[in-house]
Amino acid sequence: MANLTLELEAERKRICQIAKDCGLDCFETVFELINYDQISQIASYGGFPVRYPHWKFGMEYEQLSKSYEYGLSKIYEMVINTDPCYAYLMEGNSMMDQKLVMAHVYGHCDFFKNNVWFSKTNRKMMDQMANHATRIKRYIDRYGYEEVERFIDTCLSLENLIDRHSILNGPQKMSEEPPAPPKDEFLFRVEKSYMRNYINPPDYVADQKQKQNEKNDQKTVFPSSPVRDVLSFLIHYAPLEDWQQDILTIIRDESYYFAPQGMTKTLNEGWASYWHSHMMTRHILNDSEIIDFADHHAGTMYMQMGGYNPYKVGIELFRDIEERWNKGRFGREWDECDDVRERKNWNKNTNLGREKIFEIRKIYNDVTFIDEFLTEDFCVRNKMFVYKMNKETGKFEVDTRDFKAIKAQLLFQMTNFGQPIIKIENANFENRGELLIQHVHEGLDLQPNYMDATMKNLFKVWKRPVNLVTIMDNEPQLFRFDGNDYTKHSLNDEKKSVEGEQQELPKA
Amino acid sequence: MAIREDQNRFKSIIKGKVRDDFKRYVTNGEMIGKREDEFVKIPIPRIDIPTFRYGPKQNEQGVGQGDGDGEQGQGSGQQGSGKGEAGDQSGEHMIEVEISMEELAEILGEKLELPKIQPKGSKNILAEKNKYSGIAPVGPEGLRKFKQTYKKALTRYISSGTYNPNDPVIVPIRRDYQYRSVKKTQTPHTKAVVIYMMDVSGSMGDEQKEIVRLESFWINTWLKKHYKGLDTRFIIHDASAKEVDEDTFFKTSESGGTLISSAYKLCQQIIQEDYASSEWNIYPFHFSDGDNWSGEDTRLCLTLLKEFFLPNVNVFSYGQVESKYGSGQFLKDLQKEFTNDDRLTLSQIEGRDKILGSIKDFLGKGK
Repeated sequence: MANLTLELEAERKRICQIAKDCGLDCFETVFELINYDQISQIASYGGFPVRYPHWKFGMEYEQLSKSYEYGLSKIYEMVINTDPCYAYLMEGNSMMDQKLVMAHVYGHCDFFKNNVWFSKTNRKMMDQMANHATRIKRYIDRYGYEEVERFIDTCLSLENLIDRHSILNGPQKMSEEPPAPPKDEFLFRVEKSYMRNYINPPDYVADQKQKQNEKNDQKTVFPSSPVRDVLSFLIHYAPLEDWQQDILTIIRDESYYFAPQGMTKTLNEGWASYWHSHMMTRHILNDSEIIDFADHHAGTMYMQMGGYNPYKVGIELFRDIEERWNKGRFGREWDECDDVRERKNWNKNTNLGREKIFEIRKIYNDVTFIDEFLTEDFCVRNKMFVYKMNKETGKFEVDTRDFKAIKAQLLFQMTNFGQPIIKIENANFENRGELLIQHVHEGLDLQPNYMDATMKNLFKVWKRPVNLVTIMDNEPQLFRFDGNDYTKHSLNDEKKSVEGEQQELPKA
Repeated sequence: MAIREDQNRFKSIIKGKVRDDFKRYVTNGEMIGKREDEFVKIPIPRIDIPTFRYGPKQNEQGVGQGDGDGEQGQGSGQQGSGKGEAGDQSGEHMIEVEISMEELAEILGEKLELPKIQPKGSKNILAEKNKYSGIAPVGPEGLRKFKQTYKKALTRYISSGTYNPNDPVIVPIRRDYQYRSVKKTQTPHTKAVVIYMMDVSGSMGDEQKEIVRLESFWINTWLKKHYKGLDTRFIIHDASAKEVDEDTFFKTSESGGTLISSAYKLCQQIIQEDYASSEWNIYPFHFSDGDNWSGEDTRLCLTLLKEFFLPNVNVFSYGQVESKYGSGQFLKDLQKEFTNDDRLTLSQIEGRDKILGSIKDFLGKGK
């Protein structure tokens, strides 16, 4: 399959060997040389050659190919997490660029193979994606393009409602039985209608009914504990047709496949950048390429004023960690040392740096990585700050350079990896089989118009009214969509009115 | 290729041909090209699939790096993946390439197959300019060119065989001296002015004005490519017309009736005062929803066009923006009166996606 030129193939072999010598442990990596149109196409498919038919890929393609044609942007490298690993080189890039890309790719590949968050991913995803495409195409043939497309749109609207913490532990089991609608089981069979009141005396019926209602009241909460994996819950319990259930499963599988990549963006890019820089400058570059390399590398690492560049933060953190562990700048003794001069010259020649960064690439994700290794020294040295929008001037301004604030802000952005936390609280809300979901509010409101539309899509799947509890404009509120209309009411008022009634009672 | 099908599907959704349930989510995702301080927006529409997501407040703060006062910025955590979708685009990075206005105009020209504009009067009107670009053997000492003098001396040394590479001393003599001198150059003189007129009466909504804004931006870009130092003037009108600056032109929202002739009269006055038609290439553009107050006024406009504008300007362009309220009568009147007059270009702009076609209508003649 690989179609590299002789020259590139020779370089590939050399770089592969260098990577091995550096201790990188990669899947076999297949490089393909393709032109810009092919690379735009594959990039719009998220790196895969075959995906199911959907306009969103066409939209990405439109944007990527146009920005290439207008000279606005250019994709240099792309690599997918499969075994063997596939990576793409673009025809017409300079030799130096190609070498840089290869070195970078080996870094990613090592990461994919060894990082624990990827340990459960399907390494044959390329086949899996093609299977998904075939299945969806079959449904299109059977149920019509538009019908299937609309359902996919609905699913895509819910695709971020997965439980990212179940990636390691495996999915939550969905074995609970949904509450059955009340049946009048206690009634005896009546053959002659005039006997009804004797066989089932009204007193007895009323008594039984009350008992059953009490029983139902106890069991109104379903599921018994809140569910984060909303998609899985819907697959199991929503009244869907078989093909719809299958499509929802497909969307969920793909969402879980991409999730670890979102969780390790900084770590993964930092790791690959660390290694391309290490390998390029020490082993690969020749004299004439050094300037071009520096230029390109600087361009990739450039942190725009007010922007966050995972490449830059990642590589700097890795370098910082390597130095700290090489010089023994860790542990209790180091933490307790207050003497600036002593800290500056601290060197115990522990030389554990390389070992440490390999350990990090194995067991960390972005959140744990930032949480543990972002230090005050690092923030000062890299001149980091928190910026805020100044409402009066309408401009972004530096808010603070306080270490704690920087860390809190970074971690906040990564909480649940940038997605709001949504859980299913009750799928039998008010004992009417309505869906009650909760947004765990962490300081940011949901975007209202998108929230409404997403609730509508949830309704399409659940087919019963959807209720959402969230905080909007500093007020806890319950939003409800019943299939036709949206209603909302403040949960504050409810409490107040209940309190009000209670206050009135003693007077009466 | 399968992607082409997806692309076509996307395009037809955008155009509202197949499905209308997405209209709310069509955003003008913009690709931004920058050159020095000029930002150029190339609109590429996108459809956002609604999901539970954080509101715009998220972008109000973030982490940055550097010394400065962080004047421009984007929400952190948005760069990189940039799609809001977790790592969909893993291991892929984009690099911005700069694009100039000139190149942009080129792209536009290619896209629309626009002919190059033939400037009016380029043969007749020549301006003379004096430039010190010539060289003469005599002149004031202050204008002596040392480099040329040295070269001349060196040539003399070499040709006479007295040059010694081990002792490269060159002494110029009077014969070698070179001086700067005046050279008269004749440059073809082309000057151009574009006068934009827009109807801002009550019936022109925000969408209509946005269309005018986009369209005049592209027209401006194209004309600027062909005329260095292009003049632009802006007129807005409802029942009366006034000249405004560019900023106001695009932002004003007036209301009231429409007397198109008021704008034409003002435009006529501007041309008569500042732009002699023998020297200037004049391009008046008028955008309106075609709803004029009275037939009387329309007749006045037609007379103005026939007697003043058409003989004096390169081409007069009228663009009619589709609007809910406008009757669109004015375009029909013009069509009836001036069939086959190629000094008048008419174009109907039904919506945003028709802008490119309309630009082609206006500029496609190469005048």
